[in-house]
Amino acid sequence: MEATPLSTSPTTQETCNCESVCFVGSEATLPADVALDCQVEKIYYGDFLAVRDSYVPIHKNQITGFIGPSGCGKSTVLKSINRMNDLIRGFRFEGKVHFHGMDIYDKSVDPVSVRRNIGMVFQQPNPFALSIYENVAFGLRLNRFKGDMDEQVEKALRGAAIWDEVKNKLKNNGLSLSGGQQQRLCIARAIATEPRVLLMDEPCSALDPIATRQIEELMIQLKEKYTVAIVTHNMQQAVRVADQTAFFAVDISSGGRTGYLVEMAPTKELFENPQQKLTKEYLHGDFS
Amino acid sequence: MVTNPLGLDDSSGLTQPPSAGDIFVNKSFKALTAFFTWATILLLAYIVFKIGSEALPAVSKYGLEFLTSTTWDVNEGKFGILPEIWGTLYSSLLALGLGGFFGIAIAIFLTQDFLPYRVEMVLKNIIELLAAIPSVVYGLWGIFVLIPLLRPMCNFLNTNFGGIPFFSTSLSGPGMFPAALVLSIMILPTVAAISQDAFRAIPLKTKEAAFGMGTTRWEAILRVMIPTASGGIFGALVLGFGRALGETMALAMLIGNSNKISLSLFAPGNTLASLLALNFPEAGNHETSVLMYAACILLLITLLVNIAGAFIIAKTGSGGK
Repeated sequence: MEATPLSTSPTTQETCNCESVCFVGSEATLPADVALDCQVEKIYYGDFLAVRDSYVPIHKNQITGFIGPSGCGKSTVLKSINRMNDLIRGFRFEGKVHFHGMDIYDKSVDPVSVRRNIGMVFQQPNPFALSIYENVAFGLRLNRFKGDMDEQVEKALRGAAIWDEVKNKLKNNGLSLSGGQQQRLCIARAIATEPRVLLMDEPCSALDPIATRQIEELMIQLKEKYTVAIVTHNMQQAVRVADQTAFFAVDISSGGRTGYLVEMAPTKELFENPQQKLTKEYLHGDFS
Repeated sequence: MVTNPLGLDDSSGLTQPPSAGDIFVNKSFKALTAFFTWATILLLAYIVFKIGSEALPAVSKYGLEFLTSTTWDVNEGKFGILPEIWGTLYSSLLALGLGGFFGIAIAIFLTQDFLPYRVEMVLKNIIELLAAIPSVVYGLWGIFVLIPLLRPMCNFLNTNFGGIPFFSTSLSGPGMFPAALVLSIMILPTVAAISQDAFRAIPLKTKEAAFGMGTTRWEAILRVMIPTASGGIFGALVLGFGRALGETMALAMLIGNSNKISLSLFAPGNTLASLLALNFPEAGNHETSVLMYAACILLLITLLVNIAGAFIIAKTGSGGK
């Protein structure tokens, strides 16, 4: 199935309209290898400034890793990319996310269609209490897929490297699988509709080392077709899988706990030759 | 005094083995809880046994014909409870349809972030107050308020759509429809409360998964929340149905207590429970046995419903493992 263009429709959801801090950026000014350009000015939860000044370009067919100490806003930034944070009361986003020629925080953009084009895999495996088959077919049915459902489900399960384990029990409940299998099922569910970008929020943190290794290998396969952004609390994981790494830290100078992007570079460069003192200290293990 | 088996020095007095008194209290507590548990089970067995043995003369005299014949005549000694079985199931199913639909709708409205949490809690408690209204009050309300209110509408349906079997008689007073309507209000709090529990038990991550796939709120509810809560919702419906089957007072006041089988919603009927309630005062020795037989049948129906419900919940519930 060809990915459908991001549809727009009037939305009732609160969107930020920040004319004073607008970026000149548009699709035309994005480098060709950037699939999505996330330009966070400020993210608030109520009065709390959670994240500031984080410009994170997500490169096409690469894995971008978000690392940093807990509370640094890396998950918040990731979840802003497909507007998952809109579900949280008091969430306010200032900035832009350029994707496919538009700002997904524009008033005319429906967050539902954003989420249909930017898939997400969560920290805890969260398959639906439906059969394995129906879990994968979920997004296809949602998008009124007209083609061969069986074929597309099999393709997604193969893509998530779980087909051989479940092909004989597609009718079983998705929750009957092991944790690692559930997470790969969730990946299959997310890629069944072939979204352009796949966001992963600490996808291995609830898994054992073997399952973690399987998911990591899978991520490296996935980047051939998809653009992947992953939050990880594990620096070694970033080294193993990420092509680009963004390092976030917490700024407590103004009395709050505001996360921000310290630096971002190709992973090898960032780990071997960090430009910022803070990055150096973090990678060295001086704080975590 | 029990000696310290580990031979530890307890001269500090900070650790002591349990005293003989502690051990006695511990053991007698265990014995007491076991006694009450077994007493309850024995009581249940005794009730079933007693009803069964009292019913035995009637069972041997009337056999299965009791279930299929339709006359109840004490003078001629003819007894049949088919109309009552029909009335019990018909009124309960109607109530289940109405009360189940509204109960589930209420549960969705009160759990899926349509309202601020505090308002949800206030409404939830108000709806549960429906369960606090005594059955006889429902009956009185049905007779003096609901039936006069319904009668013009029912009779309009009868005169204009009398061809449809459900509307084929007029509502002269008590009847199946007002009875089922009141019954549905009575089971509503049960269905609503247990369905709400089922919806609230869905973890946040499931909701996130639904929205993460790009569902609208309704798609999330219809495609994810309801299937996930289906085991609990089903349990709620079974419990509501069980309650409707056994409900007595309000039905005895509203259903008309007439020995007829009719599809018409406006015709009077009867249920097993109200048959028992209305006939026991004048029952002689022989009729007592017949009533016990009818009680056994009612017990059997509710038992089957509950077992079937428990079975299906066990199969569908808890992630269907």
